[in-house]
Amino acid sequence: MRLVFAMAETHERAPTVIDRYYTRWYKTDMKGRSCEDHCILQHSNRICIITLAESHPILQQGRKIKSIDYRISDGCSRLNNKVSGKSKRGGQFLTEFAPLCRITCTDDIEYTIFSCIRGRLLEVNEDILKRPDLLLDKPSTDGYIAVILPKLEESKTVTKGLLTREEYEDVISKRNTQPQESL
Amino acid sequence: MMLSLKDKDRAVIRKLLAAGCCGRCVLRFCCVGKYSSYQQSCEDIEKELLAFLGTDDAEQSHDASGETETGDPPCKKMKLESPGENASAGGAPEPKVQSGVCVACVGVLQHFCDQSYAKQVSDVVRKGEYRFDSLMFAVSLPAQLSVREHSLWLHIKKEVREKSMCLDKEDVVQVKDAFKWAVQGLVGKELGASVLANSAFEVSVGFAHPETDGDCHFLATECPDCFKPTKNKASVFTRMAVVKALEKISDTKFLRHYPCPPVSPSSKCTPLDTTCLHAPVFIAGRYNKFSRELPQTPWVIDGERRMEGSVEELIANPLLTAFKADGFNFCSSGREDVDVRTLGNGRPFAIELLNPHRAKFNRSEMRQLQETINTSSDKIRVRDLQIVTREATSRMKEGEEEKTKSYSALIWTQKPITPADLDCFAKIKELKIDQKTPLRVLHRRPLAVRQRHIHSMSASYLDTHHFTLQLRTQAGTYIKEFVHGDFGRTKPNLGALMETEVDILELDVESVDVDWPPAVPE
Ligand SMILES: [Zn+2]
Repeated sequence: MRLVFAMAETHERAPTVIDRYYTRWYKTDMKGRSCEDHCILQHSNRICIITLAESHPILQQGRKIKSIDYRISDGCSRLNNKVSGKSKRGGQFLTEFAPLCRITCTDDIEYTIFSCIRGRLLEVNEDILKRPDLLLDKPSTDGYIAVILPKLEESKTVTKGLLTREEYEDVISKRNTQPQESL
Repeated sequence: MMLSLKDKDRAVIRKLLAAGCCGRCVLRFCCVGKYSSYQQSCEDIEKELLAFLGTDDAEQSHDASGETETGDPPCKKMKLESPGENASAGGAPEPKVQSGVCVACVGVLQHFCDQSYAKQVSDVVRKGEYRFDSLMFAVSLPAQLSVREHSLWLHIKKEVREKSMCLDKEDVVQVKDAFKWAVQGLVGKELGASVLANSAFEVSVGFAHPETDGDCHFLATECPDCFKPTKNKASVFTRMAVVKALEKISDTKFLRHYPCPPVSPSSKCTPLDTTCLHAPVFIAGRYNKFSRELPQTPWVIDGERRMEGSVEELIANPLLTAFKADGFNFCSSGREDVDVRTLGNGRPFAIELLNPHRAKFNRSEMRQLQETINTSSDKIRVRDLQIVTREATSRMKEGEEEKTKSYSALIWTQKPITPADLDCFAKIKELKIDQKTPLRVLHRRPLAVRQRHIHSMSASYLDTHHFTLQLRTQAGTYIKEFVHGDFGRTKPNLGALMETEVDILELDVESVDVDWPPAVPE
């Protein structure tokens, strides 16, 4: 699989909002599914934004999105999530492997996006339902998947199983140079 | 007569003295409302009471002789009905003042109404080094005094009612009031201050009497709902709770559980520490913040300080020193982020100084204080510094939502721009934007979508990727999020309007349009 990167050229500018206030964490090959990489942006206030990593298959050249569905089962839809008050009462509590949504591409391949971290679901991005292109054009900003608030006492430990930006880049470059093992 | 007692008080006085009441407490139950009566010494009051009882028959006969105007010499009748004869005839014992601690006030009105106690209190006040020209005097008494008072009231109710049907328990002068009437004048004189019912400076004294603390306990079993434990109270037997329970309990029930009259205590009460408290002083002004590395309030994360200094400390510290205050509360019309400057006329603020030991500063002293603040740091500047009332500070928050704030922002654009690209901003008026609670504050604020108005904008071109954007907005608009969009959560945002990615590099508050506090001419 060929990956297109545009990392080098973005850095002729000052640090972005994400550079300034967020730490990037990664989960590669989520649930053993090859290349299904997630990126978690953790704000210094512990809030986490779940996004697709730039290496996720959906974001590869020429892919188009057919549908995005936050209704992950008959009984549960992330669209029904409601939080109230400062303490965000009522938000669904998610574990690492809780599915957030399913995305189907025009070639009918379906991908599941996962929470990757434990925490309370604050909001999902309804904009991408109306404009799936947002997800393709701005996967790390306007095309985010969900916002999650880890428990205060877990804010330091929720990212334990995740990769740092450096480790992620390492994984990607190895993936690109070594031929993929097929199962 | 000094004590302004009436004939029908005699029965009440006899009963109270026999029960072991002190002179001042006797006056209280006789509903004597004359302050000066309580200012005499205990001995004088008691002497007068005995004399009053002693003159019983003499006076009656005198009155009688006056009314009838018979020619009989008064001395004759006096001889016939001497006090001694009268007492033995009625079977009542010779009236005398009990020597022990008073059953009603447990010594408060016996041992702490004199010059030496007033001096003791005044010495403590002087040590506090407060500046004041008036004071108010507060006293806290053990809750069980209300129980003792109730018992004594039941003891003499019949006699009081005979005196006048309209008299009730509420007409009895309270220990608290009698104590104040007796002693607060002495304290005021000692300190050279007038004693008022309302003063910013409060001197508090109090008494404890552990020996009789148990007096209240039976009330908890009789009226359990009056004594619910609260977190911040050491004991459930607060004065309020005891008074409430006494209002509820029937006389029969009360008398079943508590002696009437009360048992004489063996020790007198002990005075608690005298404390002083000055009402807060409120200082208002406007501040400029010239640093992009200065938070408005101390920035502490996980108990660790993240940045040196803060706007509120730079302003408050010289004020704390000058007013010799114990602490402060800072509040302002909105606030700016660490990296945002506040220029122009500045941002209105108010500081509440707690327990100031000095509260009066004239205009020129305030100007001097402002100068001290301004020379102490070049990161901030203060103007219009003045003392205001607590009520006036609410004007700062009044209609805050409707107020206008002006900003200046340095913008970066991803796509190259020309000056002509910026012409569009002048045409945009009253732009409505929908802002979801910014992610950077979402951890501590509720999630909501708020509509805000950007009244007007104008732009000045700098180079192909930079320009300055001037904005006039409704207060409460998050400018940074309006510029970068906050993951598309502010709609529309500047990036969407310009159809390119944009970022905010610097932000200045140019003006906060709140017309309070009033300007102070330089
Ligand atoms: Zn007494």
